[in-house]
Amino acid sequence: MSRRTTLAALAAVAALTLAGCGDNSADKTPVGSSSPSGGTSSSAPAVSGTINVFAAASLTGTFTQLGKDFEAAHPGVKVTFNFGGSSALAQQINQGAPADVFASAAPKNMDQVTDKGTPANFVKNTLEIAVPTGNPGKITGLKDFADKAKKIALCAPQVPCGAAADKVFKAAGITPQPDSLEQDVKAALTKVSLGEVDAALVYKTDVLSAKGKVDGIEFPEASKAVNEYPIATLSKAPNADGAKAFVDFVLSDKGKAVLTAAGFSAP
Amino acid sequence: MLLLPALIGLAFLLVPLIGLLAKAPWSTLPDRLFSADVWQALKLSLICATTATAVCLVLGVPLAWLLARGGLPGRSVIRAFVTVPLVLPPVVGGVALLLVLGRRGLVGQYLDAWFGISLPFTTAGVIVAEAFVAMPFLVISVEGALRAADPRYEEAAATLGASRWTTFRRVTLPSIAPGIIAGTVLCWARALGEFGATITFAGNFPGRTTTMPLAVYLALETDPDVAVVLSLVLLLVSVVVLASLRERWLGGLQ
Repeated sequence: MSRRTTLAALAAVAALTLAGCGDNSADKTPVGSSSPSGGTSSSAPAVSGTINVFAAASLTGTFTQLGKDFEAAHPGVKVTFNFGGSSALAQQINQGAPADVFASAAPKNMDQVTDKGTPANFVKNTLEIAVPTGNPGKITGLKDFADKAKKIALCAPQVPCGAAADKVFKAAGITPQPDSLEQDVKAALTKVSLGEVDAALVYKTDVLSAKGKVDGIEFPEASKAVNEYPIATLSKAPNADGAKAFVDFVLSDKGKAVLTAAGFSAP
Repeated sequence: MLLLPALIGLAFLLVPLIGLLAKAPWSTLPDRLFSADVWQALKLSLICATTATAVCLVLGVPLAWLLARGGLPGRSVIRAFVTVPLVLPPVVGGVALLLVLGRRGLVGQYLDAWFGISLPFTTAGVIVAEAFVAMPFLVISVEGALRAADPRYEEAAATLGASRWTTFRRVTLPSIAPGIIAGTVLCWARALGEFGATITFAGNFPGRTTTMPLAVYLALETDPDVAVVLSLVLLLVSVVVLASLRERWLGGLQ
C-alpha cells in the first residue's frame, strides 16, 4: 500500500484536531475584545486569535517570513501555516479543513475551492533554467532540453510547474527529452543541486532560494507561461477578520517587498 | 477490556481500505484498468519488485547466515544497521542512495567516470532503491529461522565430512526454507509498494521508472479516479499474495 494513504489519513486526523483547537480558541477569545494591536490599523477591526493560512509550497520561505512580521505587528495573534501542493490544499479546504486564507500557486487550484471569497492575484512567478553551479552540462538555452545526451529533469505535466513547462516548450517548438518527470518543483531542484541532472526547468524563486548550489539561466520563452498566484479569504473562514488583515498585509508594500526579494514579480 | 480497543484498532486499519473500495469508479473500472499507462506501470512494478527480491535473496540470505551463525564481534550493532531501512523514512533512503550512487555520489562518480554507469533515472535504479528498502524484511525472517533451527544437524553434517558450503546447501537451507519463503514474500510485497526511495533516487519517467505507487501519486494531481483504480490493483495484489502465503508459511513459523 502507498504511504500516501496513511499520510492522508494522518492529515485528516490532524485537520480534525486543528478544527477542535480552532473552535476552542475562538470561544475563549471574544471578537473585538480590547486587543493590544488595535492601534496598528485604525480602520480594520481588531485582529485576534489564530489565523490558519493554507499556502502553496513555493511560498514556504516568503510566507513564513510574512507570518513572523504579521505577528510582530499584531501581538497576541498567531499565524499558522499549512504548506503543500496547491491541489492537495484545495481538496483539504473543500473537505472542511479550518482554513482562513488560501494562497494558491495557480488560478486553477483556487477555482477548485467551492467557498472561496474573491481571490486577487498577488504575485507572478516565471520559469528559469536551473543548472548545477558552474554549469557542467554546458547548457545554453531551452534547445538543450531536446538533447538526448543531456540529463534533464522536468516537473510532471500534472503539477503546475510541469504544465507551465509544457506551455513553454510548445511555444518554442521544442520537444524535450527528460530523464525524469518530478512530482514537484522542489524535487526537480534537488536533482539539480545534487548535480544528478544537467538542467531542470523550475521557478525563478526556486533558483534564488537555492543560491550557491544552482545557477539560473533566463530564457525568452519564459514569458509565454507566467504563473499567477491568487490569494483569498475563504468565505467559511473561522477567523474572518484575521484572514482579511493577513491578506491585506500580504498585498501591502511591506508584503510585496518580501515577495519580490525572493524572486516573485508584481502581478 | 481488551476487545474494544482491539476492535477500534482493527477498524482504524480496515476502514481506509473499505473507503477505497466504496469510492472506486466501478462502472469505468475495466477501461481504466486496461489502459496502456496502467499496464505499463504494473508491468514495470512487477519486474522491478521481482528482480529486487532476487537481489535480496542472493545477498540477504548469506547476510542473515552471517548474523545468526557468523560469531561476529558487535553483532547486535550490525543487526541494528541491517534493520535501519525498516524504520528509516524511505525518502531518506533515497537521498542516501543518491548521495552514494548518484552521478556525483561517493561511489557513483567513479561508476560514471570509469564505466559510464549512472543509476539514477534508470530501471536499475528502481531495483536498487527497492532492494535497499526491502532487504531487511528478508534478512530478519531468515535470521529468525536460522536461530530457531537446530545447529546440531549442521555439526553432524560437518563431522561426516561435508564441506561448509555443502552443509549450508544440503542441510541448513532446506531446514529454513519456510523462513526464506516467508521473508521472500514480505520482501517482494515491500518492494512492490516502495515509493519514497524510488521517486527520490530513480525519479519518475513512464515505462522506465514510473512504478505503480508513483503513478498513483501523480494521478491524484489530475484524476483521482485513476489513482483509486491503481490503488485498488496494488491492494488486491498485496492481499492475495499475503493471504495465500502468510497462512501457509508465516503461520507455521510463529
